[in-house]
Amino acid sequence: MNAVEITFAGQSLRALGSGALWWPDQSLLCVSDLHLGKSERMARRGGPALPPYDNRDTLNRLADDLASTGATTVICLGDSFDDLQASQSLETADRLQITALQAGRQWIWIEGNHDPGPVELGGAHLAEWSCDTLVFRHIAQAGAQGEISGHYHPKAQLRAKGRAITRPAFLVDAHRLILPAYGTYTGGLRSHEAVLTDLMAVDARAILTGPHPQIIPMPR
Amino acid sequence: MTTLPSPISDWFSSQGWAIHLHQHAMIDRAQDPATLLIAPTGGGKTMAGFLPTLSELAENPPDGLHTIYVSPLKALAADIKRNLRRPADEIGLPIRIEDRTGDTSATQKKRQRADPPHILLTTPESLALLTSYEDAPRMFDGVQRVIVDEIHALAESKRGDQLMLALARLQRLCPDLRRVGLSATVEDPEAIARFLARHPDPCQIIQADPGPDPDISMLETHEMPPWSGGGAAYAIPAVLDQIRQHKTTLIFHNTRAQAEIFFHNLWLANDEGLPIGIHHGSLDRQQRERVEGAMVRGELRAIVCTGSLDLGIDWGDVDLVIQIGAPKNVKRLVQRIGRANHRYNAPSKALLVPANRFEVVECVAALEAVQAHDLDGDPRGPGPRDVLCQHILIAAAAGPFQADDLYTEMTAAGPYAALTRAEFDACLDFCATGGYALRAYDRWQRLQQRPDGAWQLRDPRATRRIRMNLGTIQDTDTLKVRLKRSRGGKPLGEVEEGFAASLTQGDTFLIGGQIVRYEGLREMVVEVSRRADRKPKIATFSGTKFATSTQLSDRILRMFAQPDWPQLPRHTADWLALQRDISCLPQRDRLLIESFPNDGRENLCVYGFAGRNAQQTLGLLLTKRMEETGLAPLGFVATDYATLIWGLDAVTDPRPLFRLEALRDGLDTWLAGNAVMKRTFRASATIAGLIERNTGGQRKSGRQATFSSDILYDTLLKYDPDHLLMQITREEAMRGLVDFGRIEAMIERIGDRIDLKRLDRVSPLSAPLFLEVGKVPVKGAAEERLLAEESARLMQAAGLSAD
Repeated sequence: MNAVEITFAGQSLRALGSGALWWPDQSLLCVSDLHLGKSERMARRGGPALPPYDNRDTLNRLADDLASTGATTVICLGDSFDDLQASQSLETADRLQITALQAGRQWIWIEGNHDPGPVELGGAHLAEWSCDTLVFRHIAQAGAQGEISGHYHPKAQLRAKGRAITRPAFLVDAHRLILPAYGTYTGGLRSHEAVLTDLMAVDARAILTGPHPQIIPMPR
Repeated sequence: MTTLPSPISDWFSSQGWAIHLHQHAMIDRAQDPATLLIAPTGGGKTMAGFLPTLSELAENPPDGLHTIYVSPLKALAADIKRNLRRPADEIGLPIRIEDRTGDTSATQKKRQRADPPHILLTTPESLALLTSYEDAPRMFDGVQRVIVDEIHALAESKRGDQLMLALARLQRLCPDLRRVGLSATVEDPEAIARFLARHPDPCQIIQADPGPDPDISMLETHEMPPWSGGGAAYAIPAVLDQIRQHKTTLIFHNTRAQAEIFFHNLWLANDEGLPIGIHHGSLDRQQRERVEGAMVRGELRAIVCTGSLDLGIDWGDVDLVIQIGAPKNVKRLVQRIGRANHRYNAPSKALLVPANRFEVVECVAALEAVQAHDLDGDPRGPGPRDVLCQHILIAAAAGPFQADDLYTEMTAAGPYAALTRAEFDACLDFCATGGYALRAYDRWQRLQQRPDGAWQLRDPRATRRIRMNLGTIQDTDTLKVRLKRSRGGKPLGEVEEGFAASLTQGDTFLIGGQIVRYEGLREMVVEVSRRADRKPKIATFSGTKFATSTQLSDRILRMFAQPDWPQLPRHTADWLALQRDISCLPQRDRLLIESFPNDGRENLCVYGFAGRNAQQTLGLLLTKRMEETGLAPLGFVATDYATLIWGLDAVTDPRPLFRLEALRDGLDTWLAGNAVMKRTFRASATIAGLIERNTGGQRKSGRQATFSSDILYDTLLKYDPDHLLMQITREEAMRGLVDFGRIEAMIERIGDRIDLKRLDRVSPLSAPLFLEVGKVPVKGAAEERLLAEESARLMQAAGLSAD
């Protein structure tokens, strides 16, 4: 499996090249910032009609990760929907695919700033969720321990032989782990932006996603 | 011959001016539906365009717009206003002349729509914008003439297509509208005439006397030009000498970055403090206007500039033009020389300064071409459909329309004369629904059809977004640069967002000829402080990439075949001899390939001399085979002469790369995934309205809310590969490439006459390629290898283990 193994808060975790986090001991897969319904929301608000394939693509990639890990618990770490109306406007095919993915699995929707209320889909709806030494919430909190969060859409860049390589990235230090955005129509925030350098400890690392994920000291 | 009203002819006599033959011809042809005038700079071209207007307005001018003048530059519109005001006043014409550009105040613009002047001077974008208002029919009521200045420059880009669509709309509002195009010397006047005229109106071409041949030569210097490099720093003393000997010198550069470096070096050597200015499109408007003003007043001895001064602004007493760097294309060279000596019938004086030794060869070839009156240029293809999509939205902003009417209107524009109804309908469908195979959100359609069949905007508020995103100029995202002060310091200009992102505090770069230190980014403004003590990093301003002609390539190949080179300076002849000695000089019926390591990477240089588009296509094909054979290519760059490919592993046997069946296999997939396509998609999607540059409030700032256009491209490629925008992307990308068939023919022709030279370092001839702009990255196995190696190195350097 294309993954980087890390030990975080005493737990053995795998950062997958797809941007999902896999916790084998709990058979738990965590993804953040799916932003389902992004193209629908843009069109609804009079913006450009973006290609309406974002939900299909995001869910297909999630289905692949679920198939390859065999996860029995799924955590969607907030901003799963671009807004609450987007969750109600899902096309039937997307809705059916979500239902199919949920079948036989414990599924937890964590609230995000884009989707602060419960959505009309199966699964539990929680502000945050704890398991063993880890706590899952959308936005990182000051002084947290063993915290898994999303929200910032981190990405990281390294330079080699004249080539700048930028990828969505996990950021991790002793106390927190921030996931990259998983949704197809999402951008990223570079790790050297003040908001991320302030949040992460000086010895933080970044895991660049892609076909062969790589861990590096977090660029700042 | 038609006579002019006496106040006008009297005024000409009082100035001691005779009316030129071509000016008379324009008056004679004043009633024609379309006329194209081709005249050299200084030939009274603009006056020739306006004489019929002045003549028609001489007696009892009716209220309302009579003539619209369109130029590619805002500065040109302002300049013409000045130059037209004086004769109008002295002749005693009671007419209003006003300009309208992006710089015009909102109050003034509003007043112009309610009460238009007799003559309106504007740009293609401002004119297109005017047609988007519901009250356009009232404002344009009674317009008689439109004058398109510097039409040869507009025809080179999508701005020209936009203008012709705007004129088609204007013509529908004013059926009697007469069109005049003013052009510098071009290789194919008939093509420009077809571009200008309402299809299928005829368009007469009037050729003014081209005047004497220009006095043009290569600048002689004591110092030798370097092997490679674009700065021409070696020529600074000789250029200063020339400035001293002339009244006003224009020093042209091909890129803004080169202009900045040259100006900086010139300033350091300018011991006697000659007044010298710099002018380019990335400088702040106030700075540019200051330089323009000083130049008009004759206060400057020299101006270092780029294409921003390329067009026919009347700057007074320019008596010398210096071109730094190879002029790339002979037509542009002749047009630039036109800038010197605005007195008609006096030869223009120009000096070429090659920046490196290959450019010496290019300059000599270009001089021969100018003497042979051998102009070059590529034929203009059909009008691009991304611009058509934008104009469908502009039409919708002006009010409901019937598809049949709009199709008729648009196909009257020269560039779109061959547009089929099916092509038009696809564009309309894209504008209305997005045009996706998956019809997802029909209730959110942008355009909706009324019961009477007319199309209208679903949400009338969309007009604002359409207007804000109008235009075809693809400025890469830029950020303003200001001096850091407590209350916002002096604006200096702009740099590309990508360049700004590469800066860390303390880095220095050049802007407006000063070295500044990067202090930080505040609210999307780059804050800097003045700093003169460090060697600057160089701003990567975007430079225009000119394609050289194949004629120039042919001349150079012929030169290479000579046993020795008496027509070249000694240093350059020696340099060619060295190339022949350690490698080989390219020959017409063979293919020279050099392979050598440099700077930690392996390089492959393929000298096809096939023109930039073919070399670019060759780059795409060869990197495909290199990726397949595990040679880990990282990227390539193409010029008219060669393709340089760099990667992680050396090519020792070129034959597998050129195997035709292997090249064909999987080619579509490879081409579709390439960076060239993604760049083209970004441009077309922006013009067609799928990506908005301006969204109203704050501009996009690279925060997590925005995502790359590459994602949209990849998504369409995966789920809707035949979508209209994908078709447009392929059409537009092909303008910069050639048919695969042509490369196949070339490979078959060459056969086994391929010479691979394995060298231990950069060859003389390949050195200049390393500084070319327009590099195309290849994202394949090499990137993964680099990422793995560099990650391991970084972790080790930080004393960390991977888990």
